[in-house]
Amino acid sequence: MKRHAFGTRAWHWINAVSLIVMFMSGLNISNAHPHLYWGKWGFIPGRAWTDVFEFPGWATIPGYYDLAAARDWHVVFAWVFAVSLLAFMISALVNGHLRRDIATKRREWRPAAIWADVRAHLRFDFEHHEGKYNFLQKMAYGLVLFVLLPLMIFTGMAMSPGMDAAWPFLLDVFGGRQSARSIHFMSAWGLFGFFILHVGLVLINKPLKNLREMITGGPRDATA
Amino acid sequence: MQRRSVLAGIAAGLTAGCSKIGQTDAFQSLVDGADRLHRGAHRLIGGPRPMAPEFTLADLSTVFRGNGNTEIDSDEYRTHQTAGFADWQLAVTGLVERPLGLSLAQLHALPQRTQITRHDCVEGWSAIGEWTGPQLSNVLKLAGVKPAARFAVFHCADDFNGIRYYESCDLDDAMHPQTIVAHTLNGEPLPVKNGAPLRMRIERQLGYKHAKFLTGIELVASLAPVFGGQGGYWEDNVGYQWYAGV
Repeated sequence: MKRHAFGTRAWHWINAVSLIVMFMSGLNISNAHPHLYWGKWGFIPGRAWTDVFEFPGWATIPGYYDLAAARDWHVVFAWVFAVSLLAFMISALVNGHLRRDIATKRREWRPAAIWADVRAHLRFDFEHHEGKYNFLQKMAYGLVLFVLLPLMIFTGMAMSPGMDAAWPFLLDVFGGRQSARSIHFMSAWGLFGFFILHVGLVLINKPLKNLREMITGGPRDATA
Repeated sequence: MQRRSVLAGIAAGLTAGCSKIGQTDAFQSLVDGADRLHRGAHRLIGGPRPMAPEFTLADLSTVFRGNGNTEIDSDEYRTHQTAGFADWQLAVTGLVERPLGLSLAQLHALPQRTQITRHDCVEGWSAIGEWTGPQLSNVLKLAGVKPAARFAVFHCADDFNGIRYYESCDLDDAMHPQTIVAHTLNGEPLPVKNGAPLRMRIERQLGYKHAKFLTGIELVASLAPVFGGQGGYWEDNVGYQWYAGV
């Protein structure tokens, strides 16, 4: 068995592209009304819980303020993102990736084990003694797969008036459309934080080998 | 610092590339496809006639924001305003059996629907208001819809730099029970900034679909010959999507 299954590799790169496009077009959309509210409604900037600064052109898609074009990118890649995530989830369930590599074991939750893991990370020691990923990696991937990505999808749906008519319970779950919008914004930055951490750790630990393995799958039977 | 500028450089490259791709016809047809997919999905998973959420008086926004055109700078409109819009006419034309010209009094005489709904602007903000008016389906029943009709076009008295505002929706939205011709907001006659004396409420779509300063409803078989052909002022001139349920 290869280090990364085909489904994992294909999704990894499709997802990378769609998240980058959605993040950068999302920053353009944010510029249209850079104020965030809690609750069912909100439009008075003075009553926002936070004001967002204006994102510069180099950080947005397109590279100038254009709400219509930014929304075009956002709604096209919403489909790429959602369908590829669903396909990955199914393939990872079927090929055992989630159970074998992402699910934590009870002994990994012992404080001493977590502490040992943290210390190893701080020493930049990424040799794992058992399994493909250690506890902190499983936590990070689990947080992204089962918390942040689903939050992005469902808060995004809750902002759509057409979806709210079809699935009104979405609004109850998040406490209103403007709350969903605030959570959408914060989850996006949570994913950005993961992106920086993820790319940073790959860069300081055998970047070429990691990159090659995420493309070719790596040598067979790399993990026994 | 250097790594940051590398990241900014990559982002800027991506941004420039995407800006170029975004202007191609191929990308635009992809967008139209995604838009149709969203509309189909919304109608599929919501069952035959999903209703927009309705709220309570406790949820009302303290004021209701006016956006887009918040007044009409013409003597004709000011005359109507002074007269309390007593002579305002709503024309119902196009693919109908009996073209109509309805006064506000005639619209008030029809069965009324009052609904507290959320108005979502494409920019991201929301406001909640209580709207009253006759259902568009009842207005269209009075006129008699011809079988060839597929879209309702909403004509307006306002313009942006001389280009008339208009909007449109398909018959599924036109006949929807929450689609009303609103003359009242929060128990008061519709304020000028919100489109006096009449505006559309199309509750499952974004704010720009809810045409204000309404003067006419025209049933058509195709949107292509209407103004710029994209189904609305913003669709023609700025490129917003015609289906604004997302």
